[in-house]
Amino acid sequence: MSIYRIFAIVLRQFYLIRGSFSRLFPLFVWAAVDMVLWGFLTKYLNSFVPSGFNFVTALLGAVLLWDFFIRIMQGVTMAFFEDVWSRNFLNIFATPILISEYVSGLIFSSIATSTIGLTVMLLIVGLFFKLSILVYGLTVFPFILVLFLFGISIGIFGSALVLHLGPAAEWFIWPIPALISPFVGVLYPISTLPAWMQFVSRLLPPSYVFEGLRTIVSGGQASMATLAWAACLALGYIFLAYLFFTRIYQNALRTGLIARYSAESLS
Amino acid sequence: MNILSVTALRKAYAKLTAVDNISFEVNRNEIVGLLGPNGAGKTTTINMVLGVLEPNAGSIHIEGLNIATRRSEAMLRANFSAVYTPLPGNLTVSQNLNIFGRLYGVKNLPQRIDELLKQFDLENFRDKKCGVLSSGEQTRVGLAKAMLNSPHLLLLDEPTASLDPATAREIRAKIRNFATQGEGGVLWTSHNMYEVEEVCDRVLFLSHGKILLEGNPKALPQQHGKKTLEELFITVAREPLTLGRE
Repeated sequence: MSIYRIFAIVLRQFYLIRGSFSRLFPLFVWAAVDMVLWGFLTKYLNSFVPSGFNFVTALLGAVLLWDFFIRIMQGVTMAFFEDVWSRNFLNIFATPILISEYVSGLIFSSIATSTIGLTVMLLIVGLFFKLSILVYGLTVFPFILVLFLFGISIGIFGSALVLHLGPAAEWFIWPIPALISPFVGVLYPISTLPAWMQFVSRLLPPSYVFEGLRTIVSGGQASMATLAWAACLALGYIFLAYLFFTRIYQNALRTGLIARYSAESLS
Repeated sequence: MNILSVTALRKAYAKLTAVDNISFEVNRNEIVGLLGPNGAGKTTTINMVLGVLEPNAGSIHIEGLNIATRRSEAMLRANFSAVYTPLPGNLTVSQNLNIFGRLYGVKNLPQRIDELLKQFDLENFRDKKCGVLSSGEQTRVGLAKAMLNSPHLLLLDEPTASLDPATAREIRAKIRNFATQGEGGVLWTSHNMYEVEEVCDRVLFLSHGKILLEGNPKALPQQHGKKTLEELFITVAREPLTLGRE
């Protein structure tokens, strides 16, 4: 693996974001809007309950972490889409770059862009709603790690899907977090769900994060063993997503799709 | 040692054999023209040499490195420019060269970029986005990208197609100079037979995925009873069965 080539992919993303307000703006603005909206909603809900339970800690913190997951996923797919939009696959894949380097470049780009989003969200919830992420204790770090790993896996999977189905398949990627969210219990306990949905929840690493978060809010301790299992699960998904990406890429090499990507399919 | 060695290369799609068992070499300091009508298999061949299209059979070696097993190393020694793959239009000339220079592992990159901007008369466009350049200027940027790593194998797919005659002549001279002075070899496709005659040391005529003729572009027309290379090209395109590989 060449760090030099991985850096080239990250640098490309930096150049694009630096030179484009329309790329810089979405890195934090929707996350900021979400924080403001949920911040006021949770403050309003607090006015109905006696002191002791804090909706800000229970819901706003969960929404912040979920938004972080979305930023991570979109960080990977957005970096990939830049090559789709500029029809750059032939130029990129005819260089010495390895697929592992290309995917690593997408991941590092995502780390950089989602850090901006996370920082803005933390500032807003801290300044306006008096929520410090450290209220969840040191467990917040495994929470973030699990969501980061799962976000990466979904980002790689989504990119592979677009590589296979063509540029118009972008449509499939944007709703993925919305499709996952009912199963992972961002806003409610998993026990609320019917049995078959609970089964799906157990397969999704974010479920363990949000269950853990609720346990902490209600005065308990999140199980580190459970979070370790969630992290392993997320790592497994990264492995499977990378395998999927490489299979799709190999198929594109066989069919000639890389060289004629704008045609979307070769039929 | 050959710069490029292609052996029994074949690429077939469901109902079409795009490249049919072709073999050829490109030697050091040699410019080889890959000629043929549209759909003859030229771009398919170039894509396979670049490693972005997997052949059904055959092998490709760049300076002895098999691209099926050592693609990344092989591509460090190669580069390409094609009229149909402009560099991203939302990045400036220098940003594109900076990114591709890193992808090709170029040492002393800022200095190399300066040299190429000067060589291809692009200094005034350094901070211009590639998307706003004329097609001729974009072609020159593509050629500068292709020269970034001082490749030993340069693949050029209709490199002068969108250039005015004066600029095309300059570019031909630069590429000719690249091939004769340095360590490189060039595989060149073009539909401009006068250009091919002027630049190429050897040509391969492709038709329906097969190499039909091979030889010196200046001598080949006479050998087949034609006055010019263009006349020979038209015969290859319209009546390939009247000709055979010699």
